[in-house]
Amino acid sequence: MSRQFLFDGRPVPFEEGQTILQAARAAGHYIPHLCWHPDFPPHGSCKLCVVKVAGRHVSSCALPAREGMEVESNTPEINAERRTLLQMLFVEGNHFCPSCEKSGNCQLQALAYDLEMSAGRFNHFYPDRPVDASHPDVLLDFNRCIFCELCVRASRDVDNKNVFALTGRGIGKHLVVNAESGRLGDTDFAADDLAADICPVGVILKKRVGFAVPIGQRKYDEAPIHTVAMARDE
Amino acid sequence: MEHRKLRIATTSLAGCFGCHMSLLDIDEHLFELVELVEFDRSPLTDIKQCAPCDIGLIEGGVCNAENVHVLREFRRHCKTLIAVGACAINGGLPAQRNHLDLGACLQEVYCYREGLDAPGVPDDPELPLLLDKVHPIHEVVRVDYFIPGCPPSGEAIWKFLTDLIAGRTPRLSYPMLHFD
Repeated sequence: MSRQFLFDGRPVPFEEGQTILQAARAAGHYIPHLCWHPDFPPHGSCKLCVVKVAGRHVSSCALPAREGMEVESNTPEINAERRTLLQMLFVEGNHFCPSCEKSGNCQLQALAYDLEMSAGRFNHFYPDRPVDASHPDVLLDFNRCIFCELCVRASRDVDNKNVFALTGRGIGKHLVVNAESGRLGDTDFAADDLAADICPVGVILKKRVGFAVPIGQRKYDEAPIHTVAMARDE
Repeated sequence: MEHRKLRIATTSLAGCFGCHMSLLDIDEHLFELVELVEFDRSPLTDIKQCAPCDIGLIEGGVCNAENVHVLREFRRHCKTLIAVGACAINGGLPAQRNHLDLGACLQEVYCYREGLDAPGVPDDPELPLLLDKVHPIHEVVRVDYFIPGCPPSGEAIWKFLTDLIAGRTPRLSYPMLHFD
């Protein structure tokens, strides 16, 4: 007899040790997320997967499912919180979508569309972190980083190269390259590393392939991320 | 009963006029629009000062002193003020100058560029001074609505305006909501 909890009023079965996000996903329910990835342990930084359980707002990527839990996810209250989180991410970085090569393929942007975010509303930070174009095949634009650590995790745990790290505290936190010079070109990073493909936004960009996909055929042009992400298992 | 036509004012601050071109992209809907509204101050009319209006459409961010004055004039006179396009919403691509030193920027263009007859940064008081940074319009005045896009499609602008004119809360469906 499998155990279950209620997800937006619908019963969702789960196995011992599964998080709310994993179980909901397995049952075909999408929960927004940016730093969570099926191949890695939960990170808990983006907070987009927030759900309401017993009156408290919790990260569904980290909270194990329990028998009889009542989880609220797709509600005006929770979606408003997610929209605010997205607005915070947008104003913290330089997210000028009109000139970004990732536009149309970007999870941050796609979530903003899906949650009907029309503007950042907060005052903009306009960070000033120089681009690193030292690598022959890959470019880094640090002003778009949302600190999900997916590249850090992929490079360290899968590629076994440990190319990236987050450093600094508070708003001073930023992505760095693990080389004495701090430059990507001075590492053994390669364009076919997992870390080169895993960035959900437009920080890690392959050179000479930008704007190759026509508008209308990009990842999130036709279908919203809640459909695309479930179909592609990401 | 004859309804009073709504009045709409439009302007471009640190904009490229692309959002106005997108407004014109509603094509033959323009004929329907002028049945519903009258245009006040706008690049499309010859009116120099904004009179009391129902709707103000602002394109472009705020990059110089004159932009601030115009934006405040629009806010004073428009019941509903709408930020149209990426520039008005977050500064847009012009805000990419925000990490550069303004003096160095001006010198690069007016002093050091090759082929200048009389190098020197223009200093006539007639010219509005640049602000050290480009700002979204909501950092200067309160904004009621935002229509994202660079530019928003004519379709999105038309949907937004017709919702507003009909008294509905404007809402853009997934294909009309984009930032690029």
